[in-house]
Amino acid sequence: MAEMRMRDALREALREEMLRDETIFLMGEDIGLYGGSYAVTKGLLEEFGEARVIDTPIAESGIVGAGIGAAMGGLHPMVELMTINFSFLALDQIVNSAAKLHHMSNGQIHVPMVIRMASGGGSQLAATHSHSLEGMYAHFPGLKVVCPSNAADAKGLLKRAFRDQNTVIFIEHTANYAIKGEVPDDPDFLIEFGVANILREGTDVTIVGYGGSVHQATRAAALLEEQEEISAEVIDLRTLQPLDMDTVIASVKKTNRCVIVEDAWRFGGFGGELASQVMERAFDWLDAPVARVACKDVPLPYNRNLEFAALPSEEDVVDAVLGMFKE
Amino acid sequence: MTGISTDVLLDIHRRMVRIRTFEEEAGKLMESGKIPGALHLYVGEEAVAAGVMVHLRDTDQITSTHRGHGHLVAKGGDLKRMYAELFGRATGYCKGKGGSMHVSDLDLGMLGANGIVGAGPPIAIGAAFSNKYRGTDDVTCCFFGDGASNEGTFHEAANMAALYKLPVIFICENNGFGEFTRQERHQAIHDIADRAAGYGMPGVVVDGMDALAVYESAGEAIARARRGDGPTFLEYKTYRYFDHVGVRGMGVIYREDSEVLEWRQRDPINLMEARLAEQGLLSPEGAAEVHEAALADVREAIAFAEASPFPEPSALMEDIYTLTASAGGGA
Repeated sequence: MAEMRMRDALREALREEMLRDETIFLMGEDIGLYGGSYAVTKGLLEEFGEARVIDTPIAESGIVGAGIGAAMGGLHPMVELMTINFSFLALDQIVNSAAKLHHMSNGQIHVPMVIRMASGGGSQLAATHSHSLEGMYAHFPGLKVVCPSNAADAKGLLKRAFRDQNTVIFIEHTANYAIKGEVPDDPDFLIEFGVANILREGTDVTIVGYGGSVHQATRAAALLEEQEEISAEVIDLRTLQPLDMDTVIASVKKTNRCVIVEDAWRFGGFGGELASQVMERAFDWLDAPVARVACKDVPLPYNRNLEFAALPSEEDVVDAVLGMFKE
Repeated sequence: MTGISTDVLLDIHRRMVRIRTFEEEAGKLMESGKIPGALHLYVGEEAVAAGVMVHLRDTDQITSTHRGHGHLVAKGGDLKRMYAELFGRATGYCKGKGGSMHVSDLDLGMLGANGIVGAGPPIAIGAAFSNKYRGTDDVTCCFFGDGASNEGTFHEAANMAALYKLPVIFICENNGFGEFTRQERHQAIHDIADRAAGYGMPGVVVDGMDALAVYESAGEAIARARRGDGPTFLEYKTYRYFDHVGVRGMGVIYREDSEVLEWRQRDPINLMEARLAEQGLLSPEGAAEVHEAALADVREAIAFAEASPFPEPSALMEDIYTLTASAGGGA
């Protein structure tokens, strides 16, 4: 075990996997000489050389498509897209090719590729740089969607992503990069996909989050315990596709209440899918309607006050929980 | 034709005839409603696929287009599995899940026809990258049309191919139309190969109705890529006898019938047969035998397809995700 930031844990995962498997190479904008926009790939060019750590032009569709072709050619690419907002430029390649080729070719074609991208707001980068679109990717059959909330999970999940023959969309919330945590140094440390993590046990309400929103959930749970004597269970989904709904349902059957927290837009969002599944599978156990806390349905503005007014806070989560206990 | 062996010449001719026969029969079946969906037929453009593919090994890859049957036939595709796919049968290349626009055969390096115009070039450079990375001298041929040459994906891929000196050949089949829009109404240039200079690679304009001109130009570009000297842009001026989708082609509003007839005067198969006859390499009877053999193969393939079962409903949810472990030696 060693204490490190999430960005360092991600780098450790890339290093270990590249040492293990020579078919893995990295490709992306400014990932080599500069070390990556969020410094995740820093030092890897020096260690692995230009054949395996490739600085690319700013050409998201070209990069992702090249990753698909390289994967079809027997390699295991890691493509970094800087931010999830820029992945729109590559969306055709991701959705029409990477996600569909396996099914469309009767299983002939595999596209083992990891596409890493940063997401999330709160840095005053305004609407083209700040959104959370994890749920959008979970909508497309054929993709796996991973969104770690802490350093250890980031390492274990990213290593696991390279043991998968499917395309894995690996989404890193920018607010999580600098958060430190204890990280196992065992090179075989893997976290299985589709296994949610109960971060905090509780008896009165289940709060479900993923990626960045796990932290609002956790802080809200602490406030609820201190100020209201409400015991909240916090679940970090860790992966949206595959989705560990069993853990959520078991928790809701215990607490009888469920709040879903996400940094993404509310309308048509992933939280709606979660709420629907809770309703379908645990309706008789619910003491209150499922509540959702999400980003306001607006492009995230530049001004700090406006941006924070749009994003979900721990106070919003607390309010949602308290609303469930009122008559 | 000096310097090209008789075997190669006859091989090119045979491949062209097989494509023509495959496509004409498929067109009839689509028109009569026996084949569902949309077929984009390759009739008129056969010299390009045949003249390029005769250079390629099974380990060389190609990326194809929505008009992809000709590419797979020329690369040695199994006509039975192709027809079964067009008929949506369980014995098809894609078990009836892909259809005409998504047929693929990885064993032949055919990375897929593609229903998205312009989706192929980035995939092609990635495949070429994998060849370079693994240290082989295999190459990737990227087929696309004049329409796709306006897609951003093509520009991104061409730029990266030249930058990284990848073993890829961009093969632009300029048939004069992006779907139903004539070339001069979708781009301001006449020779698309002019764009090659902008990426830092050679660009060559070639008569795409002349299979030997295709063979020679493709041979040079492929050899260059195998040597590690980087990509080439080849523009083949060719023509689509049929419509964007299906057969008709004549009596349509977007082009004159006389134009179609003019291009048919320079039909690539007739041109090849005249030359072969002139050289005493193939008699009219010999040519007729090639056509008959192709028709027999195509009819056999159609019979196979029609007798094949449809996929079971249980196949629907198969192969969305693969459970196969990592090819790279992982758990």
